[in-house]
Amino acid sequence: MEKRSEIMFKIGLDVGSTTLKAVVLDEEGKILFHRYIRHYAAIAEKIAAMLKEIRLELPEAETAALAISGSGGMGFAKEMGLTFCQEVYATKVALSRRIPDADAVIELGGEDAKILFLSGAFEVRMNGSCAGGTGSFIDQMATLLGVTPDAMNTLAAAYTKEYSIASRCGVFAKSDIQPLINQGARKEDIAASIMAAVVNQTVSGLAQGRKIEGKVVYLGGPLTFLSSLREAFDRTLKTKGVFPDMSLYFVALGAAYLADEKQPVSLLALEKAAREHKAAGDYIGCEPLFQSTEDYEAFRRRHTREEKTAELSASKRAYLGIDSGSTTIKAVLTNEDGEIVFSRYHTNSGNPIPAVRAFLSEVYERYPDVKIVAAASTGYGEEIVKSAFHLDYGVVETVAHFTAAKAFEPMVDFIIDIGGQDIKCFEIKNGVIDNIFLNEACSSGCGSFLETFAAALGYTAEEFSQLALFADKPVDLGSRCTVFMNSSVKQAQKDGASVENIAAGLSISVVKNALYKVIRKAEGKPLGHHVVVQGGTFLNDAVLRAFEMEIGEEVLRPSVSGKMGALGAALYAKASAEREKKTKSTILDREALSCFTHDVKAITCKGCTNRCKLTVNTFGDGKRYIGGNQCEKPTEQRVVKETFSGYDDKREMLSAYGPREGVRETVGIPVVLGMFELLPFWHTLFRTLGFGIQLSPPSSRKLYLKGQSSIPSDTVCYPAKLVHGHIEALIEAGVKTVFYPSLTYNMNEGLSDNHYNCPVVAYYPRVIAHNMSLKGARLISDDFGIHRPKEFTKHFHEMLEREFGHFSRKEVKAAVETAYTEYYRYMACLRTRGDELLTVARERKLPVIVLAGRPYHLDREINHGIDTFIRDRGIVVIPEDMLGHHFERMPLAVLNQWTYHARLYGAARFVADTRDLDINFVQLVSFGCGVDAITTDEVRRILESAGKIYTQIKIDEITGLGAVKIRLRSLFATLGQKEEN
Amino acid sequence: MEEIRRIEFTEDMRKTYKILLPNMLNLHFEILQGAMRGLGYNVELLTTDGRDIVDEGLKYVHNDTCYPALLVIGQFIAALKSGKYDPDRTALMLTQTGGGCRASNYIHLLRKALAKAGFSQVPVISLNPTGLEKNEGFRIDLKFIFLAMAGVIYGDTLTAFVNQARPYETEKGAADGLCRKWVDYLAERLKQGKDSSFFAIRKNLSLMAKDFDSLSLHKEPKVKVGIVGEIYVKYSPLANNHLEDFLHGEGCEVNVPGLLGFIQYIFDNNIEDIRLYGGKRIAKLVNLFLRRFLEEYEGMMRHALEKSGRYRAPLSHKAVRRWGEETIGLGCKMGEGWLLTAEMAALCEEGYHNIICVQPFGCLPNHIVGKGMTRSIRERFPNANIVAIDYDPGATRVNQENRVKLMLSVAREELDASSEEICEKEQKIPSTVG
Repeated sequence: MEKRSEIMFKIGLDVGSTTLKAVVLDEEGKILFHRYIRHYAAIAEKIAAMLKEIRLELPEAETAALAISGSGGMGFAKEMGLTFCQEVYATKVALSRRIPDADAVIELGGEDAKILFLSGAFEVRMNGSCAGGTGSFIDQMATLLGVTPDAMNTLAAAYTKEYSIASRCGVFAKSDIQPLINQGARKEDIAASIMAAVVNQTVSGLAQGRKIEGKVVYLGGPLTFLSSLREAFDRTLKTKGVFPDMSLYFVALGAAYLADEKQPVSLLALEKAAREHKAAGDYIGCEPLFQSTEDYEAFRRRHTREEKTAELSASKRAYLGIDSGSTTIKAVLTNEDGEIVFSRYHTNSGNPIPAVRAFLSEVYERYPDVKIVAAASTGYGEEIVKSAFHLDYGVVETVAHFTAAKAFEPMVDFIIDIGGQDIKCFEIKNGVIDNIFLNEACSSGCGSFLETFAAALGYTAEEFSQLALFADKPVDLGSRCTVFMNSSVKQAQKDGASVENIAAGLSISVVKNALYKVIRKAEGKPLGHHVVVQGGTFLNDAVLRAFEMEIGEEVLRPSVSGKMGALGAALYAKASAEREKKTKSTILDREALSCFTHDVKAITCKGCTNRCKLTVNTFGDGKRYIGGNQCEKPTEQRVVKETFSGYDDKREMLSAYGPREGVRETVGIPVVLGMFELLPFWHTLFRTLGFGIQLSPPSSRKLYLKGQSSIPSDTVCYPAKLVHGHIEALIEAGVKTVFYPSLTYNMNEGLSDNHYNCPVVAYYPRVIAHNMSLKGARLISDDFGIHRPKEFTKHFHEMLEREFGHFSRKEVKAAVETAYTEYYRYMACLRTRGDELLTVARERKLPVIVLAGRPYHLDREINHGIDTFIRDRGIVVIPEDMLGHHFERMPLAVLNQWTYHARLYGAARFVADTRDLDINFVQLVSFGCGVDAITTDEVRRILESAGKIYTQIKIDEITGLGAVKIRLRSLFATLGQKEEN
Repeated sequence: MEEIRRIEFTEDMRKTYKILLPNMLNLHFEILQGAMRGLGYNVELLTTDGRDIVDEGLKYVHNDTCYPALLVIGQFIAALKSGKYDPDRTALMLTQTGGGCRASNYIHLLRKALAKAGFSQVPVISLNPTGLEKNEGFRIDLKFIFLAMAGVIYGDTLTAFVNQARPYETEKGAADGLCRKWVDYLAERLKQGKDSSFFAIRKNLSLMAKDFDSLSLHKEPKVKVGIVGEIYVKYSPLANNHLEDFLHGEGCEVNVPGLLGFIQYIFDNNIEDIRLYGGKRIAKLVNLFLRRFLEEYEGMMRHALEKSGRYRAPLSHKAVRRWGEETIGLGCKMGEGWLLTAEMAALCEEGYHNIICVQPFGCLPNHIVGKGMTRSIRERFPNANIVAIDYDPGATRVNQENRVKLMLSVAREELDASSEEICEKEQKIPSTVG
């Protein structure tokens, strides 16, 4: 026993983003103690507590060698002068002791995802500045489904079908999951799809072409606790991964191994120091929300939260509105005067149907003699709710909110609504919605983010908001997309910010995000003079106060702020019923409701090559609701007999350049990026020279997955990522030569100062050359300058001779000439078709939308069928390149140096100047397109100067069109309103 | 339409206006500031730092625009708002390259931001070599070019010296002290219009070499780290969260390839453009001549560094270009283009195979030339230890430093292994300090 006191204890502490883990070893490396706790950002305090536990359990451990690891511990270690080791390195050390024959390690943490390749060249891959596919992502998704992560794990085990979900970041995944929920997909399948998404993200984002094989070890929290996740990895990697003992503690173990025995520390002293530890507090702060309790009282008086409820009138006539939002269901019943009689607000726990059903039952129970005159639904779940319960109307959310706001403030000129995941803002001019701002896929962090964060720190949303009110120095977290906020908060914690100050900082950041990122408000310019705020997030006093402070004006928060959408729907139903002289709603009555059933089946649509995954909801009365469709074919609603879309025409025109045999060998051409426009050129050139031509197949999710492992940069745009799949497909088809040229310059259309391609379009062939194994095929990716035909001929000839043997100069020259002629003919055809479409629109008085983007936005996998969605509404769709001949070079406030982008300005100008048509402009922007950060502002400026509405749609891997549809329908509704006035 | 007009910087303004110039490279720009003051421009270098710069940037620039634009514009607006400068007596100066990258648009974004912030009266001067925009009151003449080139070469040489000396100095702060002395001296000399001739440069560099030779250095091996990346983030401490300071704090020897290489790269591109796409013979000859002229400067720098035997000159630009040809190809010329890939290879060849590749989040060229070429570099140099770090207003220092620390852990392990080997064989310490 005396000997024991001389044991050299070795302690490893791992301070992760959410938890603290500790391991104590003796000198032989035997584990004497291990424990983990959530640290709720109180790092020093929890370290003190942990040390105390160690002392209690191992009283003889007075001194120990100690090392800290984990990004959350960096600051603490530095201040205390303790050894710090980087966590991946610690993992590696632990592995070398415990599992020396491991080949690869997959470690998922709260916000980190890592792959370590051990055998062969040692390499580590960590996720970039994006927290997709990690523990916090899984937590967010569980919140969205309304279950705990554990329950999600159990659900996932019983899956039957997987949907594709983008896991790049939580926000994207939400956009995919939301429609699934609203379409009634099974929770089991969604849960499994989330797991699969995490796997995809890890494999594509981190492995980057290196195969994960051999003995694979799973480490870290999510993989420890979620067996379904491990199984999902096993399925994808086609292996049985090792799930070692202590899988949660490898970082702590590594730290313990690395602890310096020469410098033992006194545990009691360290515990004391940690308990008394006050971080320097040298973070950047903002002004406190309230200076005093009096301030707060005054604020409270201004913003009463009491809801006045009215009574049904003697006639018992009532109107009903349901807002089926992203995470909640809001429902109201109003009397004849539009006053709220009864309302409910609950979370939809991943399925809107039971929540609405419960609400209706309650209505019938409380008001047995109610006469519902009309009912309407709005929000994400508008269609399914309307269809399930036989409501009379559906109304797009933006219009619903505006209708409700008018009831409180007839003079309203700006409405901002921050909900669970949406920010909706409308500017109102002359009584109509003049401008709409919706958060794009990337900046969605709103209410549900605050909630998730509160939960992560161990509070309810309500408590969290209360904490924020009297924070003395709120952390300045900036206004970045809230997904990135996790790491900002981590930084603040490191700098010693209290939970109060973090809570206040998050509230302020939500506001800044809305103002500067979504609305892009210029400082000094007021939003409006009668600003109405609404949405669940504004029920949080801290957010409301932060908002008033930031815009420097008092605003109106209606007492039913969280239910404005539902109220708006009810008022809309009322107005519509009065106009139509409706007396009785078609809504399910008491009896029908009692035998209401709901059944969901997932099928794959075979209507076209898109193969959409559909969910078919069948209700008790045999009525069906189908979701997940990209076009109206399977639902056969609102099909316009004759449609006019330049996108369809372009596809048809391009189909003339199909695969063919030749007398020479066959060249494979990937139909990607710039090739969508230059195909007529290259196709003709090779065909004329006698080559056979093989094209890559149309893009699809499957094609993307085929190539995803060789994508080196996970933040490049989706159209570029797809290239990898196209090349794989060509190789698989047995092509021996792939032709994919590098084009710094594009054709010079004389519209711009220069005629560059964007760097990605120009140089992506190089990425292919350096990152893909072509299995013996050759890639021709020369730099060509098609803007200078003479030099082009020379260089092309050189290339031919280098690669294929002799060609006569005359032959090449003739072929090049033919190719140019064909290209110009094709472009002329496009333009002729553009004029025809304009004529059709004029003659038939059809509305027109110029759907502008890049040539490759023609790809259905890239545009997700947006062109079809617009076309099926009886609108003439024209792509920007069909209007090229109407463009002139014009003065701009930007340097206009890209061929494709110059067309955007031209098209915007054309729309702005066309007076004899109902013509509008919608711009497709691929996520991650740096160049469009410049074009969008300029295009907006051009359009708004002519009083037109600018609509931008950001597209990425997301397959769900929910948000996009709302955006477009709002645009249509707004345009309709404008017309009425 | 709200008109955004370009305000020309007139001859009158030159006499009465203060010109603000954002700092990019600490040493170079201080020396350049001296040179420009000597030419009669009342230039002030903006070296401010802090959160308000990012905030102003976020308010006035599209948030998806690259981080350098956001910072530079934020820094200007924060300065104009600070009350330190009279907006009616202040002009702004910004570099403009004119390539196929977004960076050529900074100046337009700045004008838009100024209009939005209510400073539309402030003239913006484009500092560009290609004549994209001209101003009556600001002329790039031969004298200017010689002074600027002197500033570049002094800055590059000093950087090379101080970076190679600092980690090994026996007296803490000695290398930086020497550097300070030279920066102050050269800024003053250039202000007086002196020391920009070849003769003077040679003399100064030789004295500089002598000075750095006199430093007492130890031989303990250090982790050697190279930094490549988007030009602004690579050099500016404001953008890269003081990356160089952090690495020095971690006890590394840092190698940041110089500015001259980038200037040479521009002329290489002009020549390559003519080769690929055709052009006038005379244009080619002029560019070849200018490239030769720049090599003259490079030679002076290399000579000074190599002279003592204790410092090492970087790989010649010709050799770097060859790496470009062998890896990505010289046709890739947007942003930092092939130069970035070539610099990674060159650094590996020089023994700086621990590389940090820095870029603004979502930087288009870097998808290709940085991250896109990492695999290819690793194939050629299996010991290459490359980490790519993204910078943007939301990225936090903790995360960035954590990644760098990981890279350093691997580097240290390798260093320990190799120094043990060295001790066993009783070999000499690497030649940089030998």
